[in-house]
Amino acid sequence: MIAALIGLPLLGATVLLLGGRRTNAWGHFLAVAMSAASFILGASLFIQMAGKSEEEREIGQHLFDWISVGAFQVPFGLHLDQLSIVFVLLITGVGTLIHIYSIGYMEHDPNRRRFFAYLNLFVAAMLLLVLADNYFLLYVGWEGVGLASYLLISFYQQKPSAATAGKKAFVVNRVGDVGLSLAIMLMFVTFGTVTFEGVNAAAESGSSSTITWIGLALLLAACGKSAQFPLQSWLLDAMEGPTPVSALIHAATMVTAGVYLIVRAHAIFDLSETARTAVVVVGAITLLLGAFIGTAKDDIKKGLAGSTMSQIGYMVLAAGLGPVGYVFAIFHLLTHGMFKAGLFLGAGSVMHGMHDDVNMRHYGALRTMMKVTYATFGLGFLAIIGVPPFAGFWSKDEIIYVAFSQSMIIGLATLVGAGVTAFYMTRMMAMTFFGEARWEDDVHPHESPAVMTIPMIVLAVGSVLGGMAMLFVADIEHWLEPVTGFAKPEHSVSHNVLIPVTLAVVLGGALFAWSRYGRRPVPVEAPANVSFLTKAARADAYGDALNEAVLMRPGQYLTRSLTWFDSKAIDGLVSGSAAAIGGLSARARRLQNGFVRSYALTMLCGAVLIALVLLLVRL
Amino acid sequence: MNPNNYLILAAILFTIGVYGVLVRRNAIIVFMSVELMLNAANLAFVAAARNTGTLDGLVVAFFVMVVAAAEVVVGLAIIVTIFRTRRSASIDEASLMKY
Amino acid sequence: MLLTMLMLIPLIGSIAVFLLPPAKDLLAKQIALGFSLATLVGSVLMVLGLDNSAGGLQHTESYDWIPAFGISWTLGVNGISASLIVMAAILVPVVIVAGWWDAENSGRGNVKGFFSLILVLEVFVIGVFSANDLFLFYIFFEAMLFPIYFLIGKFGGPQRAYAAMKFLLYSLVGGLFMLASLIGLYVVSARELGQGTFDFETLTTLNMDSATQKMLFLGFFFAFAVKAPMVPFHTWLPDATAEATPGTSTLLVGVLDKVGTFGMLHFLLPIFPEASKFYAPAIIVLAVISIFYGALLAIGQTDVMRLIAFTSISHFGFIVLGIFVMTSQGLSGSSFYMVNHGFSTGALFLVMGYLVSRRGSKRIADFGGVQKVAPILTGVVLISGLSGLALPGMSSFISEFLVLAGTYAVNPTAAIIATFGIVLAAVYILWLYQRMMTGVPSKEVEETVSEISRRELVAIAPILAIIIALGFVPQVALNVINPAVEQVQTYVGVTDPEAAVGIEGSGS
Repeated sequence: MIAALIGLPLLGATVLLLGGRRTNAWGHFLAVAMSAASFILGASLFIQMAGKSEEEREIGQHLFDWISVGAFQVPFGLHLDQLSIVFVLLITGVGTLIHIYSIGYMEHDPNRRRFFAYLNLFVAAMLLLVLADNYFLLYVGWEGVGLASYLLISFYQQKPSAATAGKKAFVVNRVGDVGLSLAIMLMFVTFGTVTFEGVNAAAESGSSSTITWIGLALLLAACGKSAQFPLQSWLLDAMEGPTPVSALIHAATMVTAGVYLIVRAHAIFDLSETARTAVVVVGAITLLLGAFIGTAKDDIKKGLAGSTMSQIGYMVLAAGLGPVGYVFAIFHLLTHGMFKAGLFLGAGSVMHGMHDDVNMRHYGALRTMMKVTYATFGLGFLAIIGVPPFAGFWSKDEIIYVAFSQSMIIGLATLVGAGVTAFYMTRMMAMTFFGEARWEDDVHPHESPAVMTIPMIVLAVGSVLGGMAMLFVADIEHWLEPVTGFAKPEHSVSHNVLIPVTLAVVLGGALFAWSRYGRRPVPVEAPANVSFLTKAARADAYGDALNEAVLMRPGQYLTRSLTWFDSKAIDGLVSGSAAAIGGLSARARRLQNGFVRSYALTMLCGAVLIALVLLLVRL
Repeated sequence: MNPNNYLILAAILFTIGVYGVLVRRNAIIVFMSVELMLNAANLAFVAAARNTGTLDGLVVAFFVMVVAAAEVVVGLAIIVTIFRTRRSASIDEASLMKY
Repeated sequence: MLLTMLMLIPLIGSIAVFLLPPAKDLLAKQIALGFSLATLVGSVLMVLGLDNSAGGLQHTESYDWIPAFGISWTLGVNGISASLIVMAAILVPVVIVAGWWDAENSGRGNVKGFFSLILVLEVFVIGVFSANDLFLFYIFFEAMLFPIYFLIGKFGGPQRAYAAMKFLLYSLVGGLFMLASLIGLYVVSARELGQGTFDFETLTTLNMDSATQKMLFLGFFFAFAVKAPMVPFHTWLPDATAEATPGTSTLLVGVLDKVGTFGMLHFLLPIFPEASKFYAPAIIVLAVISIFYGALLAIGQTDVMRLIAFTSISHFGFIVLGIFVMTSQGLSGSSFYMVNHGFSTGALFLVMGYLVSRRGSKRIADFGGVQKVAPILTGVVLISGLSGLALPGMSSFISEFLVLAGTYAVNPTAAIIATFGIVLAAVYILWLYQRMMTGVPSKEVEETVSEISRRELVAIAPILAIIIALGFVPQVALNVINPAVEQVQTYVGVTDPEAAVGIEGSGS
């Protein structure tokens, strides 16, 4: 049954990719059907699981022995527990909605079939990632989603920027993969196994330095996939892909895989204070960095991408806090999956009505033209900035609360992050939906068709009710506890103090943004004489410039000099010795001058020499 | 008679031959010098055979004569051909077979 | 008799093709294809006949050849050589179909010669992988050069004479050193056993002192390192592949070069265990250098065929690394890597050959935007490329990871450094893909590049299917390879390091 979850979308992708043009007419419906079927199956598995007692909820499916070389034994096994199932629901649920949305969004694209094939491929790979019962199989899903992400980011292959962005995403992710590879190697060498079960059982007997190294390697992997500092730079460029892709892969699901990995490997992180601290620091830096970048972006998708980085920073930070935080990391991941997907779909809907223009400075006053988009985007907005009782409030508030219980600095970072979030999201709302209309005359904003608005509405409902439903109905803390462990923080600032303070910070950020972008007219051209900070934020906090200076330039130089070295020095040596022998032969040839008498003289000399030698040797 | 005298005569003849080969340009003279060297060797062989009282040296001398005769046949033919084409029997002018 | 019969099939085919009357080109191709398919069937039967519970040589046969020097016609296979033979037997028909018009397109006609040479090459390849008399191995090792020499020198590109000569001289110099060591080995065996021998299994029982071992080892290693090729003995490979037809490059890099790494694994380790352990650290360093050197130079290439050649140098670095760490994961990974690399590099060479033959240029800059005009071809390029960068889910990933994991157990530093090679692999493949496939097609590309033909697809599809299938069921190959690897470990006298924290019931 578990295998069918993955198999259905994989089948869809295979049929669409191998079927070719024959499937153009109905391909997208097949893809939607496969994703939906997977969701229904997932939901039924969830209901079954919920009906069981806590001990029996975890089920596994051993498909076959995958690799067996000496002590390296890896089963091709799947494993469904309380943690996996929430991911299954998120991936297939949001995934299906986005599939449906894409029917409308990609309607006029000549490569729509290929797009849906890749989406199905992504869903299959992501499900494999969360359902694998060992790190090695997880790696396959991990790279599979990376492949789907690569293919979808560079989906508009004729655009050089898209092709570059896709490549960049893949390469940066590969740096993260080095971490995952090394972690798996270390686990194998240390514990002799790479299954979750085996590693969890043996973790305590590993030496503390090994555990820390495994943790740090896993963190590197998570940084790559989840666009965390210092491997964050690819996510903003990834917005080159079609908007549904940004919603599904680069907001709701794939980029949160790093959080999943950390939570899944909690046995490792529980044991290493150092690794956990590193995780928290990475999370804190990214949450501030992403929010900072989000404040100055005029491209609506890049603004949301900065926001995604920042929100994942929250999750990573929570995951780094240990048993007090794992549950809330996942909780925020789920609520974020809903409201951020909704926000991206809203952005896509706006773009759809605005001739694919992404510059918010060309928007304005769209609330009257796109009522449904406005309403759903607005609800998502309220959820992300954390207004009660919307979904984001519950999850983010818990993270801030837990952060304060561990460290004042970390707590303050999360609090500041919340304020900045409110700022950039309000700015986005104001520039898009309020103010005066700034678009050109030939643009005619219009509401998107129902096939696009319905998924948005569903996600908006999730953004409103999701948090409460999970917290109070599903009781997510205790649902996840058997897998991740759960502990109440010992002492922290009281909720009664924290909530008003947080809300005040959020309100402050929102009002500040409103005063700058809602009340005042927004210039159509981005002002050039801005502060250093704004310039830095526009340039993605110089992440690309740094990469270029530290990695690309020296790399290019090294490559060029090695190419020179290879052709001139190594091959030069080879060709040189050949040329030397040739030259020597040419000289030696001159001795054959054709004069009989000189030959005779040479012979005579030789004969005399031999005679002399014979005489001397005898004597 | 002292066998050394034969050997000395052979050495003198050989040296004259070598000298002729090295310094003369006319192919015929060079050829004759080569013959002289061969015959000097023959003289040494025969003297040695006489001295030791065996037939080995004589046998070798006959061989040399046969080889020399064959050589004269081929060599003279070549020289005559060269002379016909070039109107000259100088070996310094015929240096075609080089490098 | 089985292995001799297996060699006879392509030999008969080759002679038949060669003796055909002129102007029967189509028939020549069909006969060549038929005999190569028959060889494939035979080799599959040969593998199925292997007993996987034992690691020693099987299907053995031995006939005296020159008894005075202890030389015999001794053939036998173990899991490693058998899987390499199957790999070669799969690639030959693929190359024949993919290179259906290569002989005509070279402009130098002689279709029969082309296909006849390919079949002759197959004979020698089967021979070199199954020979277990070192003298016989040496003969096949050298004999293999000549079909390739003519395939490059007669049917290659404008610089073909230079490339073919360079290839031949490099290989002959390597072979010369091997011959010297071989004679040395014979003398040692004569001294020790009374009667000199070249028999592999007898030679593994010799008790050479370590100084002799180290000296003889170097001769063999040099020959194999040139063949593999390892940095800095690699410069013949890019030239050869740049000039050869894609099919020839496939056979050259995919099959022939494996003889180098196969020789290290199959002969060097068992015969010179002491010397192997002694030189292992240095060779590991050389292997890691090869990985990065090949990858960086691949990034710097402007000629697509040369680029693929340099990726192979990087991959051979991984293979050599896995061999000389001598753990079961490393050795099995390397053996499996040899098989996978044949397929994945073969796929890359062939598909790039399709593109090059359309556009008439090997310069990467002359392409761009192919995705627009030939989407299926682009898909094939992508899958081949992803296999080249060892994407999880492809067979090359399994082998690469096994090599790295096997390395980590004994030499963590080398493993950590080598792992960063996977980043460079992504760079060279994806950048190549970006430059050639994405973007807007130029006028020339639009005019010349057409969609993949049915014949071309038929040729390459089986390899792609194998690459993906082996990624998910690698055990099909590993089950055959593992016993042979254990046998090698026994010869060398090494065992896998234990996990730091043993767990009950694992590690069986």
